[in-house]
Parts: sequence; C-alpha cells; structure tokens
Amino acid sequence: MKRTRFFILIATFLVLAFILAACGGEEEPETIEVEVTRIVEVPVEAEAEMLDIQQNVIDRGRVVCGSRTDLAGFGYLDDAGRNIGFDIDFCRAVAAAVLGDPEAVEFVPLTAAERGPALQTGEIDVLSRNVTWTSSREAQWGNFTNVMFYDGQGFMVPVASGITTLEELDGATVCVTSGTTTETNLADAFRQRGLDFTPVVFEDTATVYSTYESGGCDATTSDKSQLASIQSGFADPDAHMVLDITISEEPLTPATPSGDDNWNDIVTLVSYVLINAEQLGVGQGNLDEMLNSDDIKIRRMLGVEGEFGQADLGLDADFAVDVLRAVGNYGEMYDRYLGPNGLAFTLPRGPNELWTKGGLIYAPPLK
Amino acid sequence: MESITPEVLRPIRTLGPIAWLRRNLFNNWYNVVLTFIVLGVIYKVLIGLINFLLQANWDPVTTRPVLYLVGQYPAEELWRIGLAVFIISFLFGISWGNWGDLVQTFAYLIIAGSAAAAFIPSTIISVSWPVRIFFLVNITLVFVGRAVGRSRFGKPRTILILWLISLPIVIILIYGFAQSEFMPVVLTTLWGGLMVNLLLAAIGIAASFPVGVILALGRRSSLPVLRWFCIGFIEIVRGVPLITILFMASIILPLFLPGDIRIDRLIRALIGITMFSAAYMAENIRGGLQAIPLGQYDAAKAIGLNSTLTTLLIILPQAIRLVIPAIVGQFIALFKDTTLVLIVGLLEILGVGKAILGGNPQWVTSQTEVYLFVAAAFWVFTFSLSRSSRHLEKALGVGER
Amino acid sequence: MKQREGRIPILTYQGIPLWRDDRVIKGVVQVVSAIIVVGFLYFFISNILTAAENRGLALGFDFLSEAAGFPIGESVFIQYDPSMSFGQAFAVGLLNTLKVSLIGVVFATLVGIIVGVARLSTNWLLRSIAGVYIEIVRNVPLLVLLFFIFFGVFQQLPDVQNSFAIGDLIFLNQRGVYMAWYLTTGSTVTWAIILAAAFILAMIAFVILGSYQVRTGRSTYPGWIALGILIGLPIIGWFILPEQPLNLDLPVLGKFNFVGGLTLTTQFTALLIGLIFYTGAFIAEIVRAGIQAVSKGQVEAAKSIGLKPMQSLRLVIFPQALRVVIPPLISQYLNLTKNSSLAIAIGYPDMFAVGRIMINQAGRAVPVFIMIMVTYLLLSLTYSVILNLYNRRIAFVER
Repeated sequence: MKRTRFFILIATFLVLAFILAACGGEEEPETIEVEVTRIVEVPVEAEAEMLDIQQNVIDRGRVVCGSRTDLAGFGYLDDAGRNIGFDIDFCRAVAAAVLGDPEAVEFVPLTAAERGPALQTGEIDVLSRNVTWTSSREAQWGNFTNVMFYDGQGFMVPVASGITTLEELDGATVCVTSGTTTETNLADAFRQRGLDFTPVVFEDTATVYSTYESGGCDATTSDKSQLASIQSGFADPDAHMVLDITISEEPLTPATPSGDDNWNDIVTLVSYVLINAEQLGVGQGNLDEMLNSDDIKIRRMLGVEGEFGQADLGLDADFAVDVLRAVGNYGEMYDRYLGPNGLAFTLPRGPNELWTKGGLIYAPPLK
Repeated sequence: MESITPEVLRPIRTLGPIAWLRRNLFNNWYNVVLTFIVLGVIYKVLIGLINFLLQANWDPVTTRPVLYLVGQYPAEELWRIGLAVFIISFLFGISWGNWGDLVQTFAYLIIAGSAAAAFIPSTIISVSWPVRIFFLVNITLVFVGRAVGRSRFGKPRTILILWLISLPIVIILIYGFAQSEFMPVVLTTLWGGLMVNLLLAAIGIAASFPVGVILALGRRSSLPVLRWFCIGFIEIVRGVPLITILFMASIILPLFLPGDIRIDRLIRALIGITMFSAAYMAENIRGGLQAIPLGQYDAAKAIGLNSTLTTLLIILPQAIRLVIPAIVGQFIALFKDTTLVLIVGLLEILGVGKAILGGNPQWVTSQTEVYLFVAAAFWVFTFSLSRSSRHLEKALGVGER
Repeated sequence: MKQREGRIPILTYQGIPLWRDDRVIKGVVQVVSAIIVVGFLYFFISNILTAAENRGLALGFDFLSEAAGFPIGESVFIQYDPSMSFGQAFAVGLLNTLKVSLIGVVFATLVGIIVGVARLSTNWLLRSIAGVYIEIVRNVPLLVLLFFIFFGVFQQLPDVQNSFAIGDLIFLNQRGVYMAWYLTTGSTVTWAIILAAAFILAMIAFVILGSYQVRTGRSTYPGWIALGILIGLPIIGWFILPEQPLNLDLPVLGKFNFVGGLTLTTQFTALLIGLIFYTGAFIAEIVRAGIQAVSKGQVEAAKSIGLKPMQSLRLVIFPQALRVVIPPLISQYLNLTKNSSLAIAIGYPDMFAVGRIMINQAGRAVPVFIMIMVTYLLLSLTYSVILNLYNRRIAFVER
C-alpha cells in the first residue's frame, strides 16, 4: 500500500517538474503577457527594485568576491591561509576603490559549476575566478568587465614523446578539467582535424596534473598560464614542454551580476585605472611622489585635479590612490605572482604586455 | 551491578603458544593454506606501506596544520576556538568521570591528541610555546572535569543539559558578535578544516533530530495530507545521493529564492545535510516507535492521557531510548559524509588538502600523503565513536530484548 | 429549581467544544499543513519563474537535442562523440552509472560473503585480518577511500610502456586494465542460441532428475549431468559450426595506448574497487549478523547428520541466514548505487558527473538537476520494488 502511494507521489513530482519546465521553456506567448503587466508597474516598482550593489557593498562593509583557492598564481592560499593571487588582488582593488580598504573582501570559493549560478543569483558582487569571457556566458551569467589576462589553450607533453604538433597526438589520452571551456575546445580542435583522442576528465586541476605527471595521460591541455604554473612545480620541469599551439582564445575577465550597470562600470573602471597607472608609470612604490607630479594625466587619475567620472559612479575623487596603494598597478600585480621573482611562478608577459610594448593590454583613457 | 555469568565461572584454560598456534591457525589442511595466504598478503601490504612511508613527502600536511584544523580562521581570533576546545574537553572530562566507559575512548583521544600536539618535535611541525601550553592545560582540564564528574556535582541530567547548551555556546564563540570589538564576527567563508566537518556533523544531527521526530510522527499519523507529505519527503531524500542534495542546497536553492534573500553558504550546506539526515533520522525513530508494545498506548489511555500527551510523555521517550545506538551510527555516517561538502566548494579538511595541493604545484605528486592523513584523522574519530556506541548499546541494554 | 440548576451542565451538554473536537483538530491540522506545503511550492515556483524572467535563467528541456560539444571518457552501448546531443550525453552517464553499480553489486556481495564468513572462521589470523579490514574501511569516508585508491594505488602502477603483463592476455598499468576479449564472427549468433538452449536443457534436466532423486531416493547426479549439458553442448557447437563463433581480441600496444581487447579505465576500476571494498565491509557485517542469527542448534543438527562444514554452511546456514540478510543487503545495494555518484571526484563519467558538466556547458541548472533527481529516484524505486517482492515472498513462506 505505502509503496503505491509513494509511487503516486513520485508521479506527481514528475508531473510538477515537467509543468515547471514547460512554463519556463516553450510557451513564449505567456512570457510576453507577464512582461506586459510588468511594464505597467514599472514607474512605481522599478525604482524600488533597482539593484544597487554599490549601496549593498557599502552597507555590508565588504565586497563579496567569487574566487578560487586552488590555482597557483591566480587564486590560492599562502602559508598562513590568506587568499592571494592575481585574481584575488583584483578583488582587493575593487574593495579599495569602493570602501578604501583592500581587506574588506569576503572571498567565496566557487567550483566551476557554481560560477554561473552564483552570478545569476547575485550571491557574489564580483566574479574574479579565472573565467573566460564568452558570448553565451555574457548572455546567461551576467556582465563581463574588461579583460585582465589574455590566455590561450595549449598542450603540454613529455619532451621524450617527441611530439610537436597536434596531429601527432592522434589517438592519445588527454587529461582535461571538466566544466570549462577547455573541455569543449579540446573536443572541437580534435574533431576539426579529424583526430581521435581519449579524454580523461577531472573536476579539479590538481588531479588532472598529477595524473598527467605520473603518466596517466599522454598530454594535458589547459590555459597556457596554468600549464606554465604546473610545469614549474613538476619534479623535473625540463622533462615536459608546452607545445607551440594555441587552440583557443581565453580572455580571462572579471564579471558582475546583470542588472546593475553602475556597478559594472565601477569594476571596469578599476581595471582601467590599473592599466593606465602602469602606462603612466605610477605604482605602489612611487605613489607619494606621483601625487605631486606635473603630468595632467597622472594628476587627474590620482584625483589631484580634474575628474574622470568618479563622482558620477559614486566613487571618491582619489579612489585610484587607494587602489594603487593596495595592489599596485597592473604590471606590479602581474609581477607579484607571475614575474621573474613572482610568488607563484614565472610566466613571460607575452600578450599581457602593455600595447605600447607590443602586447594586448589597453585601456580607454581616464578622462 | 555485576552479575555472575556462567562464563565467569568457567575455568580459564591457558594454552601454550604452540598449542594456541595449532588450535587457531593450523588445525586442518585448509586452515594451514589460509594462514600462509593471509601471511603473504599481510607481508606484501606491510612492505608496500613501509616503502611508501619511508619515501613519503609529508610537507603538504606538516607545513599548514592550522589550515587543516580550522581553515582560514583569523589567527588573532584563534583563542576563541581554543576556548571552545576547552569547553568541550572539560565536558568530556565530566562525562568520563560520570559515565565511565561510554566516553572513555574520547577522553583518551583528547588526552592523546593534546599530548601529541604538546610534545611533537619542532622539526616535524613547528608548534609555538603558548600552543604547547594550551594543549597541556587542555589535558589537565580533562582530568579536572573527571574529578568534577565523580563528585556530587556530577549528575547525569546536569551533564546532559551542559552538553545541550555547549553546542550553541561553541557556535557563538566561533561566530562572534556583530559590532563587537572583543569578539568580532568571523565570516563562515573563513571557517574550514576539521572544525567544519565536526560542526556540520554535530549541528546536522542536532537539527535533524526534531525534524526527524516530526517526520516520523507525521509518517505514522492518521491524517493523509500530513502522512503523504512526510512519506514523500522521507522517500525522496532517501532515494537520492547526498551530493545531489548538497548540490541542490548550494546551486538550486538560491535560484528558488527571491533575489534579496541570500543564505550563507555554510548554512545552505547545513540545510542540505539536515534535510538528508532528518529523513534517515525519521526512519530510525519510526523503527523505535514501532517497537513500543501496544499495551503502552492502552495504559496511557487508561490513565486518561490524550493522544498528544501519550506520544510526548509515554511513547517518544521510550522510542528514542531504543534508537540511541542507531542515532550514534547515523552520526558516524554523517560525519564521514561531511567530506562531500568539498564538492560544493567548502574548505573542509579534504578541501583544505585539495587547496594546498592545487596552490602549490611542487606538491602535485604528494596527493597520497594528504589523503592518507585525512583518512587517518577520520578513522581516529569514527573508530572512537563506534567503540562508544558499542558501550552505549550495552549500557542501554538495547540489544538484549 | 436549585436541583435542576445542578443538572444543567449535563442536560445542556452540546458535545465537545470545537477547539477540543478531535475531528475538527484533525481537519484543521490537515488544512494548515496542506496550505503550508502548497504555499512553499508556490513560493519556490513563483520565485524561479521570476528569476527565469529577470536573470535569463533557462528552464526548458529543449537544450537536450542540442549538440553537447564536450567529450566523455568512456561509454557503453552508445558510441559517444562530442557532436551528439546533451540528451545522449546524459544517457551515456546513466549507462555508466548502471554499469558500475551492477558490477559493483555483484562483486561487493562476493567480497561481503567471503569476509563475513572469514570473520567467523576458526583461523585466528583470517578472522582478525577480516576484522581489521572491516574496521578500517567502515571508519573512513568513501570519498577519501576513493582518492586513496586512485592516487595511492592506481597512479603508482607502471606506465603504459612498462605494463604488468600476464602473457598477451592481460595488461595492467596506470591507465587501466587491458584484457583479451572476444570478437564476434558470422557464427556467433547461432552459437549464442546453442548456449541458451544448453542452459535451458540443463535447468530442465536438473529439475527432473532432482525431483526423481527426491522421489525414489536413488542417486541420479542431477548437478553433474546438468553441468555436463551446460558445458558439453557449447563445446560441441564450437567445433561443429562452420566458422569459429568467437575470435580472441588481444590488446596490443599502439603508439599511445593499448588497442583492442577490453579496456577498463583507471577511473572505472578505481571507483569499482572503492565501491566494492567499501560496501563489501558493510555487507560482511550483515552476513556475519545473519549467520550468527541462525540458532546454534541448527549447526549442531547439521553436524550430527554428518554434513561437512562447507555443506552445513551451504545447505543449512545460508538459506536460513538469507532471510535476515536480504533486506539490509538490498539497502546496501541502493547505497552502492547512490555512492557511485562520487565518481565525479576521480573522473569517472557517471550520471551526476555528466549532469554537472551539462549544467556548466548548457547553463541549465534546474532542468538537469530535475533529470538527475528523478533518475536516482527511479533507480531507488526499482530497488524498493525488488525488496518488497522479496519481503512478500518471505511473508508467504513464513505463514
């Protein structure tokens, strides 16, 4: 008896589930109807409902930043358990800009699967977790800001294998992280060339690379920055090499929840300040002397004279000083973790060099 | 208390070592074969293990002991966790003095653990002097507690109440107060390590108990709506893996809430764990309810109790007493299952290990060491728990009906 | 007058007041609980619909027919490639879950029975080692155990070039187990029919001869004869058929991996072994309890009619222990199936792992989640139906 009842209950659950799905999925006309009613109510409700992340952040006293804890160089923990890394410093920069305190950040470690929903639900204010900016993510997840790191997907193989091209990897076993663009890029690249491969897919990066190093796969693929970081940690780094192939573009970009343009502008502006500061030669070290600089661009950026839209966004005139004092300029952030004496590993700047030096890093002027 | 059983009276025969071997290992041809096969296997495993231990690199474990224990909890607030440890150790001491066998294993565990932390050579793990003294004080507290437990202050009911209020006190200690200079709030995103495993399991069981009781009663209720709901909830939750429930709590639940309501991530995991645990708790308690003889209901009716009072005063207390060992078993299972919050991104002890391995490429090949360490940590706790559970079963006389 | 007044309460008795009337209370409780349940559902569903509208959250199942685009490491029955649809990818995951669960259930039972019996062995060493195994495995989280087996055991195996080999037949290395397997030929189907026929004939012979033996008391050797049919017919068929029905397919080392034969990947094998050893420890305890539940008199009776230990175990103890063992055993099977979702940790593409990748790649958290939940519920429903059928049979036998 009880089982039959239970079965009926399951059936109801199923029906409910599908009704729910049908409502959301197919019946376009209904959605439009709902929208019409909303438009009528806009004048009263829209203002009350307006998402104001900046105000939330100020009330809360901290920026909630979606991050990670397990990727050397970008988001990891130091010996004392403090969050550090290139992505982490960006969050600190945002906190410095809005609250004047780079420590006023709550880091929420997110798995790859949680990134999208965390943005969609507004659980986090900024997503700075090594996320590739893609059009579908822009459409589904939230709004991206400004590319902070140009990466591309590459392959690492043991030197002894003698492999230099993708074609030679036909039939190989390839280790890859799941739930990322890496996974689909890999499939696309091989399919396009009519090559065959066996994927070995793991949730977390450490597993991927330890499997690779111990010989569990013939090659591993990821963003080249990651490959470099991992290679540096191997027992014998010279036994492995990153192939001179890039199968995709990976613009790693911080993102904000959709529905708050002002907040998105603020986060974007922080990245512009970081880049402009490097271009103008202003950094953590020379900040105090630069406050007395004669260069009008520098004076404007540091809020000594003139304006470049800070007030309109609700930021202090001299927020750039707080940002630069906290994390330094773009180049200093990069060098801190990835430079020649970086905390994590050494990665030549390559495309992440300023445009003036032949790279891709370029920011609109602060005016 | 001690009754003389025939076994006690039976003369104890002592066997010589050779006779013992013959009787227990070589009494017939296939036992001889088995003995040699087992010896071979043991030899192989031991050699493998020793080889591994000799060349193992324990740096990923030994360089960050605090991370494994409490996660990113700020160093200047660590004294609060120390205080919480003191409270728990003291309570275990009192319970040890009063209940004896039941918590003895735990008392030993605390003493051994503290002693290990207090005397470990700095070459292995660098422990500062204040911390060493802290652990020595902790050991003393266990013994002080034991003395108190044996004195006239130690009454089982008082101890039970102390335990019940200790959980909220510990949580408040760890979380802190808003706008307090002395004990500022420590955000749950900074909680981690073994502390989170223990908290999740303890709060999960405590919270799932009332829910489980309600569900169990609801399932036996004569009200169809209530009963169907309870059956549906219990069976659905029991029919799916815990990680899907955790996944629901971490990713799906926020989507189902209005935009302005945000639930803390740890709380969300806790909601998932409580839901999961409550369904199993309900089934355990239902088992206890079913074991109550019908005469108890009749007797309660005869002295004029209505159905609510009968349930509350007569049936439930007996049923719960019956299922305490089952609940301890569930607690063990739940404690082990707390490792799954790793998959929803919380930094519990296994998550800390993963973070350390991921953030330090030089240790990418030392994964086994980390997992072995975590396994050992869990084993110590769950083994002590199951030992206590066995004593508990005996003390309650549950198995003897 | 005064006397009448004294009686008034009894005379004017109007029944129990509403707030104490059992029926009313029950009704109110029902309505209230129904309102709460419906209210919650309404709250959640309306929220998700608002969210769908405001935050671009997609709820439809239409994406299932779109190309998945992500690779999956292994599949059974379906030859998966990334150009297949999300729906097919999910099916691959489900089949992988079923594969590991079914094989796991069989072997976990075997391990459980062996260890459970060993736990009660007269051999002290065997008994203790079985106890140690049970105490270690049961007190460690399965997730940790899986990681340990994957990293501590499988990653330590030699690499592909230096595999452990048993002749040309079996190779063992970091990437898995490579075994000789069969290739079908033109005669395979005919031979399979012969095999099935042999099986049916053997069953018939066993039953008829067995009942004859019981009736007449004359030894007819039903077991041996049935076994003879079962083995003999296929052997005859093998040589009579024009083409050899099955060809041996040997794994051969190619440029990167072994090609041919049957491949069990490390991910699969590690998960399987983890599940088997973990569940096996629990089953062993169930088996031990079941055997101990059989009264001592039964064992002594078996001994007194001259049964050997193995015979008494097989003919007297097991059949009786089974009644105690089966219900918890089936719930262990269910646990094993649910636990297979931890595959995600070591990279075996089961349903949950594939579902999670789908959520990432398609951005449809809610629909995929519903699919996962419903599938697991159906699986556990299957187990409880089996359990119920068994319980019903036992109940009939008892009365």
